[in-house]
Amino acid sequence: MNQLEQQLIDEYQKGLPVCSRPYLEMANRLGASEGDVVSALSRLKQDGMLSRIGPVFNHKKAGASTLAAMAVPEDELAAVAERVNAFAGVNHNYAREHKFNLWFVVTAPDQDQLQTALKEIELSGGYKVMSLPMVKSHFIDLGFKVKWQ
Amino acid sequence: MSDLNLHSNPFKSNDTDSFNPKTKSPFSMKEVSQPKTNFVLTEMDRALVIATQEGLPVSERPYHIIGEEIGISEDEVISRLEKMLEHGVIRRIAVIPNHYRIGFKANGMTVWNVKDKDIKRLGRQIGELPYVSHCYQRPRHEPYWSYNLFAMVHGTERAQVEERAKKLKAILGDACLGHEILYSSKILKKTGMRLSKKESVKS
Repeated sequence: MNQLEQQLIDEYQKGLPVCSRPYLEMANRLGASEGDVVSALSRLKQDGMLSRIGPVFNHKKAGASTLAAMAVPEDELAAVAERVNAFAGVNHNYAREHKFNLWFVVTAPDQDQLQTALKEIELSGGYKVMSLPMVKSHFIDLGFKVKWQ
Repeated sequence: MSDLNLHSNPFKSNDTDSFNPKTKSPFSMKEVSQPKTNFVLTEMDRALVIATQEGLPVSERPYHIIGEEIGISEDEVISRLEKMLEHGVIRRIAVIPNHYRIGFKANGMTVWNVKDKDIKRLGRQIGELPYVSHCYQRPRHEPYWSYNLFAMVHGTERAQVEERAKKLKAILGDACLGHEILYSSKILKKTGMRLSKKESVKS
């Protein structure tokens, strides 16, 4: 990764400009050209180094969400995960090494629809869903500091 | 560590008739409802969320392109985004790295059973650690789940995650009644928050 690419990741974990030419503003700050920034970002995206460039939404303010877990026999995990993933409200789904081996985030426009979605996921998945909504955040989301090797 | 019985599965639908929607969940979801929020997205805000949630275009005027997609001007896109930032609906607008691809090969979801009276003070300390990316208090579901503090710990390898988890344990001290580290073995779906295009939550 070249210096500009590292700088883009380091400096823009927040505060990507909201203006007509955001990449030009970033370029001016980093002493590069707009074309350099656009091609560096395109390259990072292409190479899979970025998950995306854009807004991080606060699930709680934009609707309702919860962290959900299921305990599924290993040999059924793939099939159950596929059924769970079919729900548009499911946006992260990880297999984890634990009795509770399927962990996913569920979002919905409001609390009632979230509860309905959890019930539907339970019925479709075939296993009980343990819902673990955030009670309190002890973390201020400022992005994640990268220490380059 | 976990005292769950690994040999029986109380969640298997066949023996707990969970296909009957009226069956009470062993996790009683109702008691954990969240407070209502005061910011309501307008129809156009929702359209804007949907148009930007998979990422902004990488070309000279990204907000102009987004505006064309949903039929509003670039200026309106900008002012709506600013309003959502101001109200905290958008936390930040960012270049979001794929942590795995840039070298953080190991991440462990550490879960802790922390005495209720100490969780606020200690949760804040844990959340400030540079290698912790999320730190949330969540409800217990006794007897299945006793952990009320979740902290995502990142490292270049598992040994480093374990080393760091030991530091968390030292910070929590006597207030910690048990903990586990849940490693992810596979990413089965990873997208940012998605609002579905229909009101329905099922695709």
